[in-house]
Amino acid sequence: MKRSNLAARKLEERIFKALMYLSVALVLGTLLLIVGIIIAKGVPSLSIQMLTQTPKGGYYLGKEGGILNAIIGSIYLASGATLLALMVSLPVSLYINVYTRNNSRLASLVRFSMDILWGIPSIVYGAFGFIIMISLGLRASLGAAIIAVALFELPIMVRAMDEVLKMIPQELAEASYSLGATRTETAFRVIVRQAVPGLITGGLMAFGRGIGDTASVLFTAGFTDRIPTSLSQPAATLPLAIFFQLGTPFPEVQGRAYAAATVLTVMVLVISLTARLIAHRYSKCITH
Amino acid sequence: MSTRNLSIDHLNVWYGSRQVLQDVSLDIPDRQITAIIGPSGCGKTTLMRCLNRLLEVNTEARTEGKILLDGKNIFDPDTEVTSIRKKMGLLSQRPQVLPMSIYDNVAYGLRIHGLRKKSELDRLVEKNLRGCSLWDEVHDRLHSPATGLSIGQQQRLCLARGLAVEPEIILGDEPTSALDPQSSQNIEQLLVQLKKDYTIVLVTHILRQAKRIADHVVFLYMGKVIETGPAAEVLNNPREDLTKRYIAGVIS
Repeated sequence: MKRSNLAARKLEERIFKALMYLSVALVLGTLLLIVGIIIAKGVPSLSIQMLTQTPKGGYYLGKEGGILNAIIGSIYLASGATLLALMVSLPVSLYINVYTRNNSRLASLVRFSMDILWGIPSIVYGAFGFIIMISLGLRASLGAAIIAVALFELPIMVRAMDEVLKMIPQELAEASYSLGATRTETAFRVIVRQAVPGLITGGLMAFGRGIGDTASVLFTAGFTDRIPTSLSQPAATLPLAIFFQLGTPFPEVQGRAYAAATVLTVMVLVISLTARLIAHRYSKCITH
Repeated sequence: MSTRNLSIDHLNVWYGSRQVLQDVSLDIPDRQITAIIGPSGCGKTTLMRCLNRLLEVNTEARTEGKILLDGKNIFDPDTEVTSIRKKMGLLSQRPQVLPMSIYDNVAYGLRIHGLRKKSELDRLVEKNLRGCSLWDEVHDRLHSPATGLSIGQQQRLCLARGLAVEPEIILGDEPTSALDPQSSQNIEQLLVQLKKDYTIVLVTHILRQAKRIADHVVFLYMGKVIETGPAAEVLNNPREDLTKRYIAGVIS
């Protein structure tokens, strides 16, 4: 009786171990496959010309030139949106962590609404951005796209910063209060300073999500071969370059889509690695 | 120096419906060390946090009664809370150095209160670091991060930072509980030196510490003041049965 019980438990152990191995293999395999296919398809079409020229030979169906318009457009867009989102996220996350008491209703309400916003699909932000754009009388442009992506990034950034600020011991703030500092002085001179690495990580995370998102800019960015020189001009982005060019029947145009995918993947990879590196350093620093 | 006066007058504190301080009335003697002792959860820390009004920062607490500092009730709506806190230097359980250099830690409070002149800042930083016998150890690395100091040095830095804004009263919330014996002794010696200029209120759970440095002892139990008096009297010859049992280690 006892013996067979043990055998059954050992069998159970083996089955679950095998299942977990399988799941892990599936995850790693997917990652390798994605990266592998992008590299296999993208690298052959990557060239100096691809990275330094805008598409040539007639709108985006032209068979020459590169994706510089999309690279620059993406960087402009994600930087502008991240900056805009930062201007709202930092005050919001400071407010719920420094100005309200622990477990205050307002703070939970803000956190709850950020969770809801987080869950909204990005195409809805795109549609919402489109409505705002129309009602402001704007045309599809870099500026309108920045607003849509900023909205999309906002909950990501607030939640990331909130997690960082929550980790800061209350006693540190109290040390500042006990010297006669106000909440604002404490927030900006002590809390933000302590949290800087974590806040940068949060900003980078949002930047990474923003640069890769397609749906939120589908209606608002427009698409163009040119590099935008002002906020009111339409802009191309890497995800849009993939979206519009991959569906064409021309191999040269498809090649640009794969090149865009490669560049985008590398950018996102670099961003998330940087964010991880900073977060890692940070976690070492705070355990003094 | 002007005489100052800290007294607590019929103070009651509730967290929700739970009363944590009951009718506490105390006179804190000037320029002496008053130790507040009592078992965990007796309200020592709450009482201390009332004195510099840190209680209201992060807890939903209701207070009744008065705390008079220089004759003015610190709970008065027209009392500026930052000016109360400036008068009460705080030493917390674990040293909380600010995320900046050693120099900036001491200069932080001074800058907040409007001091901008470099020479004056330099002078006061040095004076207060010397006052906490830290100058000799750190004068060659004033601009390196304060987190690089040992924990005992950090606690002395916190004291220097507190003294820089010229408080009248020093509050210590078990300030040696995170420190090694040598650093604890340094802090105790500093507190004894400082009592000629400052009134010191010390929350401690170490009876021997109270014996070593306190002039005056308050025994709190379940939110009530059970006994108060000169340290030697309360610690060696307690009147109340509860105090006797606490000091004998029967209740804790």
